[in-house]
Amino acid sequence: MRFLYASLLLPALLSAAPTARAHAFLDHASPGVGSTLRQAPATISLWFTQELEPAFSTVSIVDQGGQRVDGGDAQVDTRDQTLLHASLKPLPPGTYKVMWRVVSVDTHTTEGTFTFRVGG
Amino acid sequence: MTRSVLSGASLFTIALLLPNAPALAHGFAGQRFFPATIATDDPFVSDELSLPTVSTIRNPGPGGGQEIDTSIDLAKRITPSFGIGIGETWQHFSNAPPGFSNLAVNAKYQLLVDAPHEALLAVGIDAEIGGTGAKRVGADRFSTVTPALFFGKGMGDLPDSMKWLKPFAVTGSIGVGFPTQASTIVDPDTGNVERHPNTVETGFAIEYSLQYLQSAVQDIGLPAPFNRMIPLVEFSFSTPFNRGQSGLTVGTINPGLVWAGRYFQIGAEAIIPANSRTGRNVGGIVQLHFFLDDLFPTSIGRPIFH
Repeated sequence: MRFLYASLLLPALLSAAPTARAHAFLDHASPGVGSTLRQAPATISLWFTQELEPAFSTVSIVDQGGQRVDGGDAQVDTRDQTLLHASLKPLPPGTYKVMWRVVSVDTHTTEGTFTFRVGG
Repeated sequence: MTRSVLSGASLFTIALLLPNAPALAHGFAGQRFFPATIATDDPFVSDELSLPTVSTIRNPGPGGGQEIDTSIDLAKRITPSFGIGIGETWQHFSNAPPGFSNLAVNAKYQLLVDAPHEALLAVGIDAEIGGTGAKRVGADRFSTVTPALFFGKGMGDLPDSMKWLKPFAVTGSIGVGFPTQASTIVDPDTGNVERHPNTVETGFAIEYSLQYLQSAVQDIGLPAPFNRMIPLVEFSFSTPFNRGQSGLTVGTINPGLVWAGRYFQIGAEAIIPANSRTGRNVGGIVQLHFFLDDLFPTSIGRPIFH
């Protein structure tokens, strides 16, 4: 039983490890994942569960024809390193695909895609 | 100018490593995260520690008592694609003396990580080393070697018209168990023998990732802790195919839930006998599972050789 109690304390002890970092998951985004917007957004923001390494973290957005609609200026926020944002060109109604690839500060790479829609 | 949290030397190291690192520790294929499943071997190599896994069930039969098993399992990557594992179980019975089961060891090689199709494929071999456990808990005196194929597939590549099915994933394994001894003499006086057949070992898990739903399909506003939960059902079967026991399948169906955090995951499942041959009693299993690659990314959580 002591073995069991000791092992239940491990999460707290190990999570407090000073070097602990983890894979960066997408926590939420604006425009939201799978959302439909009446007005086209001017920027896109993605919040992750971990701090990102700016030099290797990027996001691009394409329309249904595969044309880039972001400003090519994706960058990790200087004050909040869990935030990756980019500007968007004027978006006509349609469905847009967001493709992100980030490296957390411990070098773990994660990637993902989602869509959002502008207009009815 | 954006402040980098890594030194220039570290950035150079990352740049060198990234193109050669498609399999990054615990179960990722593209944006799909596969949790470590409790009853089914995982289709990926990893640096992970299960401590503890505790199961309890009342054994079948008139004299069957309550059994509580407490296990520890450690998986370690030797290279990014090759890993080994070791596991041990302490068995406690309400009506019999306790003891350790046989030591279990395994090796696994990652054959495929297909990010766009969220697919994983691995081959491996498990071995239960006979004679390392206690005779009084019935630990076999012979070894059993089980080569197996492991697979995982996420449904994220389904068309958008089926978007609510995209969070589904399946993992599984199929292997053949080879006992190193065909039979054991139970009673030398009567000549009674217990036969040890070869078996087909199959297991699979069907999962629905709420984290995947939120971050890749549709943000439905699930708060923590629900946004990191993965409901799943595991199926585990053992089917002998020779030595007088052909087709006498035993197995369990385990519905449950996994919650995956940054550094560890917690899983809990019911253990339901799949047929009357397996038993009639329902048990339960819980597991605490640590991601060593996330906890210690620069030391014990990384492959020994790159």
